[in-house]
Amino acid sequence: MTHAHAHAHAHAHAEPQAQAHAEPQAQAQAQTRPAHELRADSVTLNYGGRDIVSNVSFAIPGGKVTVIVGANACGKSTLLRGLSRLLRPASGHVMLDGRDIHSMPSKEVAQVVGILPQSPIAPEGITVRDLVARGRYPHQGWFQRWSAADDVAVERALTATDTVELASQRLEELSGGQRQRVWIAMALSQDPDILLLDEPTTFLDVRHQLDALDVLADLNRERGSTIVMVLHELNLAARYADHMVLMHEGQIIAAGTPTEVVTAERMREAFALESQIISDPVSRSPMVIPVGRA
Amino acid sequence: MTRTALTSRTMLSLRTRRWVALAVAFGLLVIVLVLSLALGARGIEISQVWPALFSPEAGNNDHLVIRELRLPRTIAGLLAGLALGVAGSVMQGVTRNPLADPGLLGVNAGASLAVVFAISVLSITNPTGYIWFAFAGAAAAASVVYAIGSLGREGATPVKLVLAGTAVTAGITSVISLILISDTDTLNTFRFWSVGSLASRDLEAVRLVIAFVIGGLILAAISGRMLNLVALGDDLARGLGQRIYVSRVVAAGAVVLLCGSATALAGPIVFVGLVVPHIVRPFTGPDYRWIIAVSAVVGPSLLLIADIVGRLIVSPSELEAGLVVAVIGAPVMIALVRRVKLAGL
Amino acid sequence: MSRMLKRVVARGAGRAGDVSGDVQSGAAASRRRISSRTLRIIIGLAVLTVSLVLVSIAVGAYTLSLPDILATLFGGGTPSDRFIILRLRLPRVLLAILVGVAFGIAGALFQSLLRNALASPDIIGISGGASVAAVLSLLVFGATGLVVSVSALAGALVVAFTIYLLAWRSGMNGMRFVLIGVGIAFMAQAVLGYLITRGNVRDAQQALVWMVGGLGGASWGDILTMAVSLIVLLPAVAALAAKLRMLQLGDDLAAGLGVSVQRSRLALIVVAVALVAIATALVGPLAFVAFVSAPIARRLVGGGSLALVPSALVAIVLVLGADFVAQHLIATGTQVPAGIVTGLIGAPYLLWLISTTNREGRTS
Repeated sequence: MTHAHAHAHAHAHAEPQAQAHAEPQAQAQAQTRPAHELRADSVTLNYGGRDIVSNVSFAIPGGKVTVIVGANACGKSTLLRGLSRLLRPASGHVMLDGRDIHSMPSKEVAQVVGILPQSPIAPEGITVRDLVARGRYPHQGWFQRWSAADDVAVERALTATDTVELASQRLEELSGGQRQRVWIAMALSQDPDILLLDEPTTFLDVRHQLDALDVLADLNRERGSTIVMVLHELNLAARYADHMVLMHEGQIIAAGTPTEVVTAERMREAFALESQIISDPVSRSPMVIPVGRA
Repeated sequence: MTRTALTSRTMLSLRTRRWVALAVAFGLLVIVLVLSLALGARGIEISQVWPALFSPEAGNNDHLVIRELRLPRTIAGLLAGLALGVAGSVMQGVTRNPLADPGLLGVNAGASLAVVFAISVLSITNPTGYIWFAFAGAAAAASVVYAIGSLGREGATPVKLVLAGTAVTAGITSVISLILISDTDTLNTFRFWSVGSLASRDLEAVRLVIAFVIGGLILAAISGRMLNLVALGDDLARGLGQRIYVSRVVAAGAVVLLCGSATALAGPIVFVGLVVPHIVRPFTGPDYRWIIAVSAVVGPSLLLIADIVGRLIVSPSELEAGLVVAVIGAPVMIALVRRVKLAGL
Repeated sequence: MSRMLKRVVARGAGRAGDVSGDVQSGAAASRRRISSRTLRIIIGLAVLTVSLVLVSIAVGAYTLSLPDILATLFGGGTPSDRFIILRLRLPRVLLAILVGVAFGIAGALFQSLLRNALASPDIIGISGGASVAAVLSLLVFGATGLVVSVSALAGALVVAFTIYLLAWRSGMNGMRFVLIGVGIAFMAQAVLGYLITRGNVRDAQQALVWMVGGLGGASWGDILTMAVSLIVLLPAVAALAAKLRMLQLGDDLAAGLGVSVQRSRLALIVVAVALVAIATALVGPLAFVAFVSAPIARRLVGGGSLALVPSALVAIVLVLGADFVAQHLIATGTQVPAGIVTGLIGAPYLLWLISTTNREGRTS
């Protein structure tokens, strides 16, 4: 398959020291991705002189869906930005496959790590297809030669997010839910192995929240992509996460499976919330029932 | 320390800061007024100022200079600076835009066109003669701008006002340039008025505009509280009971009366209106009633300082106040812009 | 137009529908680098340009016929025809085209960079710097032609550099850049006011003519200068255009897609300033051309693209048209510079913008 071949070739070229672990997952199209490792080592991130995230070490589990949760202003968005190279750590390092992410050329990083920030902006009048196509930038050379592989990637992204019928429409004509799917499609066309998303479900109604998260879950299952997202909806997070990270005041206070992380004591600690934890009858993931203020 | 205690501590310091700022500005103004009377090409001792004003001796040339030349000029500067400072604050408040200056409503362009007309067609050459023309031109241009800006669904929103003002100013400026390129005599007279100056302004001129300045100040005072709500955005302001249409008309009226008067009196000196609110805001906080009040005191100081510097720096000839104010004021504004944290565009 | 557009859209959508079958053609249909609408706009503008060129060469104190013009351009023609065309009219037209390209593209770059439809090289003091330097050299040093142009260029670059230095505070901030630019613009205006009131009135008038901006006295030297500058700068624009397209999506997303945001922005500003500075040095600060071309081009083309080529073409049409109107349709004793007319077009354009601007006045 041309695409996978080109992809593997690009990776081999970009990361000579990468250890190629074959993910032990059966996949319909026999696509195995070499798992890339993104980790933060004793990272401190600050904004305007204040430390938002202090001395955090965190390895992102490859091929899984990781969700970062926490109260407002606990540092979860900041941590995500630090991991994606948008924010330079005041101390510590963010390592991609053993190399400091800030010492690597941006396009190289962008081929592996993609980020969808919280409120992305788009130029007025842009069509869906154009926007999704812009995600191909990291894979295109100096003269932006458009190749067949790019076409395939765009089509796959549109199909995966069920936005093919919208392809020729302008972004501003779409509903909030449709727009969010289009942004995810753009991130998909970038074809990163690790996709970071900052609150991808804000402002969406329940149905569209589930749609968007299902798309991401499918992506993880079918292509083996590593997903890291910040969600503020605890129950959704518990439902979709393989791995959860709970933050409080710039520190990670719990990390593990949803069952391990979502406990009454943790909720008290992180959210000052009295709660009861039950098992979600549909998905069997832990569900938080708020009782009141702690 | 609990949060409420901290807040009231900070608020108290702001409250004190405002009064201190007002007092300091006032004190500065008094000093500047005295200096404006005392300093100039002709060296006069400061001790002469008081007697010149209140017990003048006939035949004393120092007293004559102070009363006949410097006093009218100082009063003109006081009035124009006051008007411009307040107009600038109101303008920035109603447009929610720190780049706004009172000239945005086309006031200066309209005034200039009328003055060009007065010079070329009616051959009027002294500044006091221009006053009615300048005022009429200013009012006419501003009305056109407001009318155009009000077209469409939303009425005169800040964005549309700015665009309309820029459009009308551009059109008028082109017409003025066309006239000046072809008519050398008019250019010869107009160019001195166009840089903005307090020289040869007499008390007659002041008398003509003072009613408008007072009217404008009243409107500005009314708009103070309204502007605080407008600053929150139209939706929130409406939700809090502010009639947006009323606030815009009152504010625009204030700007036209004040800036029109200042331009009629001293020629187009727009920069004072732009920079004074920026100087004042760090000390007064975002309350527009305070910004307007302190701008009213700081504006004249800035203009008069510029006038004084202009008189001294190339003595015995002069640099027009309008020129000096931009050369002094711009670095001040740049310094301020660098110090303050600004939100992105 | 809109009916045709709907047909194009429907065709594109229909093709995109059968993904399973023919992925490549579906993508290719609407993923062509230049959409059919853009192509039509470009062709339309180009035709308009050629017409304006021919009309500008033909009309004047001596009206020339098309066969005569073509004959002269290809080497023949009477000596008087050759003089009129090759020394007087053709240089003007060619310079108009070249500065149109510079202003149009610079305007498009600035507006995308500063993400503000009101941003323009005019207000951020760069034209002011050029004007001050030019007028200084005109009035104080009695210079002419090339020296004035070089001074103008130096003035523009010095101001741009100063603004950038002053606005840099561990990162670039668009608002700070503009505010400082405005401050410097006012200072420049004050200096100009001083020069205008101190010189004799004839000098003042000459300075005013320069400041209004126009194509009078266009020489082959000017054309060469502008052409060489474009040969150097346009490839840079082409290379940076893709980065600018990513920057349109916001700093975060652009960085996530692998663009080094600060460096790209700096490079783009340098190129845009250079274009404006050189064009201003040659023809003065032609009001509004840079400001107006890009938004008009974008609205014509649609689709959120940068519309660089259409912006350049719109600017060319504006400059040629303004020069034609200034020369032939305004009856005064003296030569009317094109800048007067471009100043006048600002007004209706802005009014059009008012009627089409949305609630927050956001346009990119």
